Amino acid sequence: MIHSLLAVYYREMLIMRRRLTRLIPSWSVSPLLYLIAFGYAMGKHVEIDGHSYMEFLIPGLIAMNSMTQSFAIASEINIARFYWHIFEEIQAAPVSDLSYVAGEVLAGITRAILSTTVILILGTIFGVNLSCNFMFWLGVLLNSFVFSSLAVGLAMLVKSHGDQVLLTSFVITPMAFLGGTFFPLENFPVWGQNLIHILPITHAAKAIRAASLGNTPQISSYVVMAATGCLFFVLSVMCVKKAKD
Amino acid sequence: MIKVENLNKIYKSVHALKDINLHVKKGELFAYLGPNGAGKSTTIRILTALTNPTSGTVSINGFDIKNSGFAFFKSNSIKSRQQCGLVPQSINLDQELSVYENLTIHGLLFRMGKSERNKKIEELLSYVDLSSRKESLVKELSGGMKRRLMIARALMHSPSVLFLDEPTVGLDAGMRRKIWGLIKKIQQQGTTIFLTTHYIEEAEFLADRVAFLDTGTILVVDTPSNLMSRLGTWALDRLIEDKMEPIYFSNREEANSYIASQNESFTLRRVNLEDAFLSMTGKKVK
Ligand SMILES: Nc1ncnc2c1ncn2[C@@H]1O[C@H](COP(=O)(O)OP(=O)(O)OP(=O)(O)O)[C@@H](O)[C@H]1O
Ligand SMILES: [Mg+2]
Repeated sequence: MIHSLLAVYYREMLIMRRRLTRLIPSWSVSPLLYLIAFGYAMGKHVEIDGHSYMEFLIPGLIAMNSMTQSFAIASEINIARFYWHIFEEIQAAPVSDLSYVAGEVLAGITRAILSTTVILILGTIFGVNLSCNFMFWLGVLLNSFVFSSLAVGLAMLVKSHGDQVLLTSFVITPMAFLGGTFFPLENFPVWGQNLIHILPITHAAKAIRAASLGNTPQISSYVVMAATGCLFFVLSVMCVKKAKD
Repeated sequence: MIKVENLNKIYKSVHALKDINLHVKKGELFAYLGPNGAGKSTTIRILTALTNPTSGTVSINGFDIKNSGFAFFKSNSIKSRQQCGLVPQSINLDQELSVYENLTIHGLLFRMGKSERNKKIEELLSYVDLSSRKESLVKELSGGMKRRLMIARALMHSPSVLFLDEPTVGLDAGMRRKIWGLIKKIQQQGTTIFLTTHYIEEAEFLADRVAFLDTGTILVVDTPSNLMSRLGTWALDRLIEDKMEPIYFSNREEANSYIASQNESFTLRRVNLEDAFLSMTGKKVK
């Protein structure tokens, strides 16, 4: 079990290492743009709960980025499955569905953690020092667990890479903007707030922000993320079968 | 070694395999011959647990390939997979990784230890003549090299059965001969080989036994020499109304006396497996 999990993970890491020189710039570009556009241009005079807008924004960016980057594992899986047919090589090997999903999820989490580090470095350059304590990293970890599990499951269900792109723009992109990443949720109408509170990304943004600004995050956020992650993970394992035929 | 009973596979609109029964013996080289769309790849995909059969049973070395029970851990199918090596029809290597990395990942997937892995990699790369390309990225290899790498990869975990799905498709004549030699060599090491092809001469050259498959049905299973001797040993090709109609003779004298009785000229040739196939199916394979 652990052996084949590591094999799946190792493969993703080898591919990622080859691409690292392209990935790091791509991880930096969009946070950089947000920081310049929202942080500098708009946020000079904005203050939220006693913090500068930049301090508010960076944890949000980290929540958003750990979501999109861990979800991006779906593209890797799809490319391997539809263009390179690697999925068959793994399926023909003595690898259980559980090990396969666990290996891919772990790869998604690793990707999210690396891109989070990139943002933290950018933040330092912009003069924002967050406290990266245990609860902060736990938030990042659980958030990427939720979205890489979701990604693997959806990657098993789609019939082409095009469908995947569609899912990303309908599921992930809206969440990226709504989940309390760029602006405080208090500005929304109540029904909207309730709706948004169902999204796991909202809990991630809240938890990561509270932890990184030195406040005490709500344990319930972590519980919601862990539970959602586990649910998606189990569903993903059940979806692997569906990817055959 | 491989046992298939009453196997059926139905895709939404296609009945791809109809009541297939097969028994491949240990150490045998079994060729599965049929035209495009006959169901060759589907059979291999079922035998290697990539696709589930609609009905019927399949076992490899005594292990049922179907997963019994809960999907999380599938012990039976995992045991049968450990026994099998697969070279699929389409190239499925990691193009962005090196030859060495591709083989290493395969070794890891099959739970091989590091020293065992590296020893096997050296051994197999020299076996398929790719030692000098160990560090090359797969995307920099030629088509023939990729095929040979796929064969090497399938042999990494020393499978007792090797499935080859059209291993020489798209290769030039020289490379094809080379791969034939390689396949023979693998068989001599004691590996059972299940090979699909639509090149008749490939089956004739390599196989101990051949199955003719046409639109999902096995027409006949026998040794190439038995299949050919059903027709005779010598053949003459006649042209009758735009169609080539061979006549078969059991010995050379008969054939010669037939030629003498006609006032055309014929070229006498040996009966080959293609004759056997055509007389069974009434159509051309390629
Ligand atoms: N995933 C699939 N979904 C639906 N039909 C399929 C699928 N795979 C194969 N088929 C159908 O099953 C039949 C057998 O296909 P298969 O790929 O096994 O043929 P083959 O003998 O390998 O042919 P080729 O020589 O072209 O590789 C074909 O009619 C094909 O259209
Ligand atoms: Mg085929």
